[in-house]
Amino acid sequence: MAAVRTPAERTLNRLAIVSVLLVTLIFLAPIYWITATAFKPRNLATTVPPTVMFEPEVSPFVKLFLRRSQLRAAPSEEEYAAAPWWEQMVFDGGEKVVRSGTGEVRWSAYPDRFMNSLIIAISSTVLAVGMGTLTAYGFSRFKVAGEQDWLFFILSTRMLPPVVVAIPMFLMYRVFGLTDTHVGLIILYTAFNLSFSVWLMKGFIDEIPREYEEAALVDGYTRLQAFFKVVLPEAATGIAATAVFCFIIAWNEYAFALIMTNRRAQTAPPFIPSQIGSGLPDWTVIAAGTVLFLLPVAIFTFLLRNHLLRGMSFGAIRK
Amino acid sequence: MTTDVITRLDPQSHAAKRGLSDLSIRNLFIIPTILFLIVFNIFPLLYSLYYSFTDFRASTNAAANFVGLQNYRELLNDPFIWNNFVITAKYVIVSVAGQVIVGFGVALLLNRDIPYKGLITTLLLLPMMLSMAVVGLFWKLLYDPSFGIINYALGLGTFEWLANPDMALYAVAITDIWMWSPFVMLLSLAGLSAVPKHLYEAAAIDRAGSLYTFFRITLPLVAPILMIAIIFRTMEAFKTFDLAYILTSQPTTEVLSIRLYKMAFQEWQTGRSCALAYIMLIVVVAITNIYVKYLNKVKER
Repeated sequence: MAAVRTPAERTLNRLAIVSVLLVTLIFLAPIYWITATAFKPRNLATTVPPTVMFEPEVSPFVKLFLRRSQLRAAPSEEEYAAAPWWEQMVFDGGEKVVRSGTGEVRWSAYPDRFMNSLIIAISSTVLAVGMGTLTAYGFSRFKVAGEQDWLFFILSTRMLPPVVVAIPMFLMYRVFGLTDTHVGLIILYTAFNLSFSVWLMKGFIDEIPREYEEAALVDGYTRLQAFFKVVLPEAATGIAATAVFCFIIAWNEYAFALIMTNRRAQTAPPFIPSQIGSGLPDWTVIAAGTVLFLLPVAIFTFLLRNHLLRGMSFGAIRK
Repeated sequence: MTTDVITRLDPQSHAAKRGLSDLSIRNLFIIPTILFLIVFNIFPLLYSLYYSFTDFRASTNAAANFVGLQNYRELLNDPFIWNNFVITAKYVIVSVAGQVIVGFGVALLLNRDIPYKGLITTLLLLPMMLSMAVVGLFWKLLYDPSFGIINYALGLGTFEWLANPDMALYAVAITDIWMWSPFVMLLSLAGLSAVPKHLYEAAAIDRAGSLYTFFRITLPLVAPILMIAIIFRTMEAFKTFDLAYILTSQPTTEVLSIRLYKMAFQEWQTGRSCALAYIMLIVVVAITNIYVKYLNKVKER
């Protein structure tokens, strides 16, 4: 904008700064609140009025990973003293750690679902970005009859409502035994992200000067060697940004996961809300699970900050 | 457009003779992706097109009977389905309008001399990167009538957000606005920063009022990119499922995707749900078409 000149403009700018700060605080408040809840003692999570000031503790995160059951009788003093710190935290919450017959601590379902999310998101990202990069290079460097139509076709597959695609996919998966399997979700997420990856990568590869490859070809490289040794290194930033986007999309996906999985391959997004169930939910543990799940995305958002515009507009708008 | 600038390697040159030909590389790179998308997106759609003309129920072993257009006819004559359309339309209008107002407004504020602009922008963009399902979950905590922070912060007592049939849809829309205004803001910021500065300087010399400058310079120049944001958000809002499904189970928030989900996976009316899916699909493809037209327009500038 034009430099600030008159006193009136200066006041206006100060007003804008204050408003921006206010808006930022309002936008971040929900995220702060869920994070705060994840560090609250259980009895302070759902007080009326809400508790704003409290002494943070990590017990919700400990409980998140342990299978627990209601304590019928308080533990004896020796039992309590002999228990490790994390077990004492569970005792403090009026619960006990569930152990197997051989006395081993039983984990909750959370780490399993978290791992499912990781496996499925990473595998589908690798596939989508790998295939997407090749296809983007093909469209960027070679003449393809009806190129715009093909690109539109690829984009249109991404625009289908998930529930619409899920119905026939569900029927097909049932036939092939792919419901509630990792492979099933990986295929779905790859298909879902592939079009995105093609569009984004095409933008990145279009920006790499063709002279680089042509120089390599003159130097005796084959087209394939030129692609792997010249184009791919040049496109590394773009590939990384595309991969992070695909990871986030797969990590966050809910509808397919809800329909296609129920236990073995269930990812975190359908699992975390299902914990509410009936009765009084322990919001501190749910919040802990939520925060842990959102954390990777928050970190990635900061890493991606210069590519967000491009990614969110399918590579159409660049700075 | 890229096709125009392509200079092809001379097929007679030495480089072209080494290794795989350009043609086979192109096919090798492109065809697997196209095949993959056809097998996992287009084929299932053809499969469900077939079922949309039958009375198939996935919960039974009975064979599917061909019923012609009956599913479509019944759906389009069903006042409840029309009600789902109305709910969806209401949701789209409220949430997209909210996102445009908040998003464009914040972008205008940010388009000034703001310290730490980069950091603030990134922080503001955080909500749209999060999982809608998990966002829906924790907004349930925020909306709670007794221990929710929203009622406490706004002094609303025990106001019902999600359990109130008249309010629930707006509550979902508010959460959606919180999540996706940043998207409109991001695109608007790109549009605003592309407005040539000399236009503002010229307007200042002509002593144009700030309202005049806004409506005659800023808005027309940002409009195409803002339009992209609006079409994109309209499409997404039309498809919405996660937020509304997690936040409430009110009949007044039953948008089309939720109706479709229930019809397909709870009532197991597979044939009928395939028909409804097709009706939705036609609307989405129409919006996508408009979207791509605008994208190309903006790219050409």
